[in-house]
Amino acid sequence: MALAFDEFGRQFIIIREQDQKSRLRGLDAQKSNISAGKAVARILRTSLGPKGMDKILQSPDGEVTITNDGATILEQMDVDNQIAKLMVELSRSQDYEIGDGTTGVVVMAGALLEQAEKLLERGIHPIRVAEGYELASRIAFEHLEHIAHKYEFGETNVESLIQTCMTTLSSKIVNRCKRSMAEIAVKAVLAVADLERKDVNLDLIKVEGKVGGKLEDTELIYGIMVDKDMSHPQMPKQIEDAKIAILTCPFEPPKPKTKHKVDIDSVEKFQTLRQQEQKYFDDMVQKCKDVGATLVICQWGFDDEANHLLMHRNLPAVRWVGGVELELIAIATGGRIVPRFQELTPEKLGKAGLVREKAFGTTKDRMIYIEHCANSRAVTIFIRGGNKMMIEETKRSLHDALCVARNLIRNNSIVYGGGSAEISCSLAVEAAADKYPGVEQYAIRAFADALDAIPMALAENSGLQPIETLSAVKAQQIKENNPCCGIDCNDVGTNDMREQNVFETLIGKQQQILLSTQVVKMILKIDDVISPSEY
Amino acid sequence: TGSLFKDEATEEKGERARMASFIGAMAIADLVKTTLGPKGMDKILQSTGRGHSVTVTNDGATILKSLHIDNPAAKVLVDISKVQDDEVGDGTTSVVVLAGELLREAEKLVNVKIHPMTIISGYRMAAECARNALLEKVVDNKLDAEKFKDDLMKIAMTTLSSKILSQDKEHFAKLAVDAVMRLKGSTNLESIQIIKKPGGSLTDSFLDEGFILDKKIGVGQPKRIENAKILVANTAMDTDKVKIYGARVRVDSMAKVAEIEVAEKEKMREKVQKIINHGINCFVNRQLIYNFPEELFADAGVLAIEHADFDGIERLGLVTGGEIASTFDNPESVKLGHCKLIEEIMIGEDKLIHFSGVAMGQACTIVLRGASPHMLDEAERSLHDALCVLSQTVNDSRVLFGGGWPEMVMAKAVDELARKTPGKRSHAIEAFSRALIAIPTTIADNAGLDSAELIAQLRAEHHKEGSTAGIDVISGSVGDMSELGISEAFKVKQAVLLSATEAAEMILRVDEIITCAPRRREDRM
Repeated sequence: MALAFDEFGRQFIIIREQDQKSRLRGLDAQKSNISAGKAVARILRTSLGPKGMDKILQSPDGEVTITNDGATILEQMDVDNQIAKLMVELSRSQDYEIGDGTTGVVVMAGALLEQAEKLLERGIHPIRVAEGYELASRIAFEHLEHIAHKYEFGETNVESLIQTCMTTLSSKIVNRCKRSMAEIAVKAVLAVADLERKDVNLDLIKVEGKVGGKLEDTELIYGIMVDKDMSHPQMPKQIEDAKIAILTCPFEPPKPKTKHKVDIDSVEKFQTLRQQEQKYFDDMVQKCKDVGATLVICQWGFDDEANHLLMHRNLPAVRWVGGVELELIAIATGGRIVPRFQELTPEKLGKAGLVREKAFGTTKDRMIYIEHCANSRAVTIFIRGGNKMMIEETKRSLHDALCVARNLIRNNSIVYGGGSAEISCSLAVEAAADKYPGVEQYAIRAFADALDAIPMALAENSGLQPIETLSAVKAQQIKENNPCCGIDCNDVGTNDMREQNVFETLIGKQQQILLSTQVVKMILKIDDVISPSEY
Repeated sequence: TGSLFKDEATEEKGERARMASFIGAMAIADLVKTTLGPKGMDKILQSTGRGHSVTVTNDGATILKSLHIDNPAAKVLVDISKVQDDEVGDGTTSVVVLAGELLREAEKLVNVKIHPMTIISGYRMAAECARNALLEKVVDNKLDAEKFKDDLMKIAMTTLSSKILSQDKEHFAKLAVDAVMRLKGSTNLESIQIIKKPGGSLTDSFLDEGFILDKKIGVGQPKRIENAKILVANTAMDTDKVKIYGARVRVDSMAKVAEIEVAEKEKMREKVQKIINHGINCFVNRQLIYNFPEELFADAGVLAIEHADFDGIERLGLVTGGEIASTFDNPESVKLGHCKLIEEIMIGEDKLIHFSGVAMGQACTIVLRGASPHMLDEAERSLHDALCVLSQTVNDSRVLFGGGWPEMVMAKAVDELARKTPGKRSHAIEAFSRALIAIPTTIADNAGLDSAELIAQLRAEHHKEGSTAGIDVISGSVGDMSELGISEAFKVKQAVLLSATEAAEMILRVDEIITCAPRRREDRM
């Protein structure tokens, strides 16, 4: 029990321990935290690299996910431990910031924690360790910039982009057709990229999946795809040069927001009301027709009567289209979303070269393709695959590839993969360590050792002798003064990653080092864990 | 130090995880294994729901769909069989059995310390090679209509031979081929309607060229119409509600109520009159038709059919070429449906409405007769499989022999590849070929034959170039598949091969299983 005394000597209780709370403090607390962090890293370690393994995750509802993506594994693991949750956050922020390298960042943090534990045992104060790590991370950060290459690419020369995306995809299950996937990702990103501002809005890329077919059937559609069909089964299935009215109001009699009642107390009123009602429908359809629309896309439902009128007047329509899709359609076709029939004007219509409905397999699934849009800056990647899990995993992998391509457009510096960047940093940090006079020197050296963990894990996952391989590569880097030597995971026969065309983005790597250092510093600073004990 | 996960969550690592997924997947494969082939056995599935309804089936997808499975790897297999069902409609058992065999072989390799990634790359090479081997041997008779129909017939018979319909497979194969040929290349199976009526025997099932609607004709209306003009509609024929929001009737005297009632009636009469003004003699509505309008229709000599569900009117709209109408103000421009004859017919005890001589020649109805509902359900599933396969074959007319022939061809090619491939991968490739041979082995085993002997003979037979040997289950020996007329669609075989490899790969890549604590359900007592 923690006690304190006030100025009159009376004691009061700060924390009630007893049965309600369990408490760890000092070295014990740090050790417990470190071991939790390491446990998380250990789970992800085997997923690193092109030969990394997958995990099966079963959700509380019994749904199964099979994945190799660090962020997804951690997200679905449903961890209870507070420190483990920090690691989960770490991977998530890498995912938000960069989109790739979510496994690597956790493995790195785990390695840093492992090294820190040794230092703590030797009696070095955790804060000094943290400071040393901070210094070392800055050295590594700058060194990365030093070894990075600028990679030139234009709209015609996209080979380098494709190669980088392929590196990302090679660790996923889709690596069977990583070339075509990488091409799709790069084309998609280039289609929506603003090369002048060096910005890419990934929201413009929609990734849709449908079970069935082969992975090879995955395609990039320059346009939008909606998982809906025409509202009336007999409407035309193909419209050329469509003018699209994008509506957010239902084809139904208006519903005023204020509460009201319409009283019917005579036969005349009954009849006028009936006529009024018919006029409503007629007007709605006529308005769409008048402005020259040849296709109506609506967020809401249609009344049966309106539906038939639409069909009858040869105005195909799609109902119950989601808000996000509606926005995408508006962007792609250059149309405006119209909230009221009165506001429909010809200028607000979107334009698309071809709208068609396509059926799949033996089931009744149909989808609507909107292609050759006025503004082609919205694309859809349509994934086919053997089963739902495969498609989900492909979605995640493609997301990573898209992020990588985006990062390259933002900043076209790259470093070489296969652990070569880490090895090179490790050498640089090691060399710099000796220049620091204080206790931090040990921490900096430990940081260098921790950097080795990534190539080590890569080698281990690829079935190579980790220590032997790593020391050989390290020696080679120094001897040839070549920072591109890495682990030859695919058994190609060369250690030079430049020849293997294995790249990663500079910002991705830098972010990995910064984020993992930050989290480790945070964990090291905790010296007291108070938690309500379980009953 | 406390655990990382919540209570009740479990974590399986490395060897144990792999073991758990292998065992789960193989258990599922073994479960459906006995249903494979023409002499495969059926399963009884009893639901836990009320009534404990029973399904007797031989269809892999149906069996797996109804299982409650906890093992995640097993779920992957259930998933692929479902996709196989959706995409090509047949081969749902084969795909699971093949994936199970691939994993069984992989387990042996893992036990001799070959890395799963090496096995995967070997499997990929083998699958590619097997597919190419099949591609080399396909026969395409698309141009020769006579032969093509013959092919379809053979495929239908092969598909049906493993089902309950096998006794009358010729009869049903003919039904299925006729139905699919009418579609003229479209894969839209919606225009083939299957009606099940208990009674009679399976051989009494027939194909009808028209359209049959399982509904009754209203009282006092004509039972037979020639040269019918049909209006297909989806509209309220009870009292038409006022759709304007917030409208309600509020009156101050009884007399007024009566007036409004009259107005309402008048409105309905008007609506009916408008409908009749289309110049029709048959009116089919999705919603109910109340007595009053029904009477009006009867007076006008119009046949009115109520409550035809969504599927019904959509199909009817499709086959008669009419549009589904909901407003009736422009009679001149509404497209009406046409057919030569509408009449009431009897099948067994039930009266049905029969539309014959419809505008669109694609539609047809298959009426299934059989001793019990279970039998009919299974017959429908089998027929559905056959129809799916046939419609896919019409589009992709490449055909292979059946009876384990494709597996032997693939195995031979894969074996050759294994011999040429240096490195550890060749073990995996060899294993792939063993897994392929497991399929004819299972077919032979299920038929009670000496599989070891038969497969050895078959393999020797296949050593010759261009052999057409396969297992002849009926005579229990190796037979010539081209003479026996056993064929399978290339598309089905390819889908089996690729999905099974994909699934096996997925399961092989796993080295850890994390199961979250099950969501707590509040006990509702």
